Amino acid sequence: MFMAELKANNISFKYNGTNEWILKDLSISLKDSQVKGLIGESGGGKSTLCKILAGYEDYFEGEVKIDDLNTNSSKINPVQLIFQHPEKTMNPKWKMKRSLDESWEVSDDILEKFGIKENWLNRWSNELSGGELQKFSIIRALNPKTKFLIADEITTMLDAVTQVQIWKLLLSIAKKRKIGILVVSHDKELVHEVCDEIAHLNDINHV
Amino acid sequence: MSFDKERFKSPYSFLFGNMNLRTKTLLIISLVGFVLLAIAINSFFINVDNITTNFAIKNSQPSLQHPFGTDWMGRDMFSRTIKGLGLSIVIGGLASILSAIIAVFLGLSSTLGRYFDHAVNSMTDLFLSIPHILLIILVSISLGGGISGIVVGISLTHWIPLTRVLRAEIKQINTSTYVKLSKNFGRTKLWIAKNHLLPLLIPQIVVGTILVFPHAIMHEASVTFLGFGLSPHEPAIGIILAESMKYLSNGSWWLAFFPGLSLLIIVLLFDLIGDNLQKLLDPTQANE
Repeated sequence: MFMAELKANNISFKYNGTNEWILKDLSISLKDSQVKGLIGESGGGKSTLCKILAGYEDYFEGEVKIDDLNTNSSKINPVQLIFQHPEKTMNPKWKMKRSLDESWEVSDDILEKFGIKENWLNRWSNELSGGELQKFSIIRALNPKTKFLIADEITTMLDAVTQVQIWKLLLSIAKKRKIGILVVSHDKELVHEVCDEIAHLNDINHV
Repeated sequence: MSFDKERFKSPYSFLFGNMNLRTKTLLIISLVGFVLLAIAINSFFINVDNITTNFAIKNSQPSLQHPFGTDWMGRDMFSRTIKGLGLSIVIGGLASILSAIIAVFLGLSSTLGRYFDHAVNSMTDLFLSIPHILLIILVSISLGGGISGIVVGISLTHWIPLTRVLRAEIKQINTSTYVKLSKNFGRTKLWIAKNHLLPLLIPQIVVGTILVFPHAIMHEASVTFLGFGLSPHEPAIGIILAESMKYLSNGSWWLAFFPGLSLLIIVLLFDLIGDNLQKLLDPTQANE
């Protein structure tokens, strides 16, 4: 049953002071439970689009809206962005437990599923590896109020085993909770493997 | 080949042995802190009325009984100097805490919006362009002199460096990904200020406050020396130095030498504490 849809209509973006459009008249949509891939070249505006969709960028043309049958009154943005570099998304003076709690109170079984050991929660962010940190940032983004996930190259810097583990888990949780995922990557094989539908940035971006 | 340990020995190893840098830093901070605290507390118990005038021993040179000598009324210069240093430390403390409060207030308010930011920025530029001494003298006179005049005058001129540091630091933290993420999780500006900003700013605030101390003490002494600060019956270092000027020409060198030297040492000690605290709280800047 159709529940919610994230729609971006006629998005245009350029950096302040330049005349070159990064994105022009771009439209994309994402339904819940849908896993959609977005492929594009480096510097093509993938990450910019991600930031616009998740509300990190205020100055752009066009609109981003969510068609939702359940009116969402919470302050938490239902669109959560997972970044490529998890170490930048953790306050260096906070322990991991506090970073998780900032979003929601994570249940033990999710921690166990992701293979997060109890004593990692009492560590500082610089005492964990990139893969471990990325698991934390994914769990953090999986807030119960999250409806859509924008995954911006989230496994690019990880080894193959961890990549498979993370994607399997993420897809199964998304399916259960009816979360829509936009998988942004330049790794075509990965996108073909995990996505139902694939969009090419060059085709939808009319620069 | 064996590791030549002797070659890498610190030149101060005879003083500190094999302690690591952290222990050494902590030791320096606590020792210096103890000395300063001891002076402040001691001076509190010295009653000015007990520094008796005794004309039989007037203008006597430094001796075991009077380590800093006596003045033209036969008063013990050592007690007077300690009393003056205590007063300096109290004034320095009050002034640096007050200026830190101003700095934190202005630094935080610069984040409220573009116009607030402009206002704070032009205010720092304005105060930076006025010579310190001039402003302190003006404020001190307009407030009727005395301790309150000096304290307000010093704090009104010494919030600038800390405000600039805090403003820059806040700007940097506010553009970081984790603060943006926090907003996306629905956290309010106040929550972010309390939980993200303040803990990251506390090292800067502590170090900034302590580094104002030496400036405050020096300015207090110099303004008082010039006659615009504390009133002449107050046992301040500035007063002592101003009085000793009259007796320098007839050979009483100890009247100016010891109080001046101790003032210098106190200032250097505060600087030492500030630098070492900075190393401890902000290790990334230790090499600069």
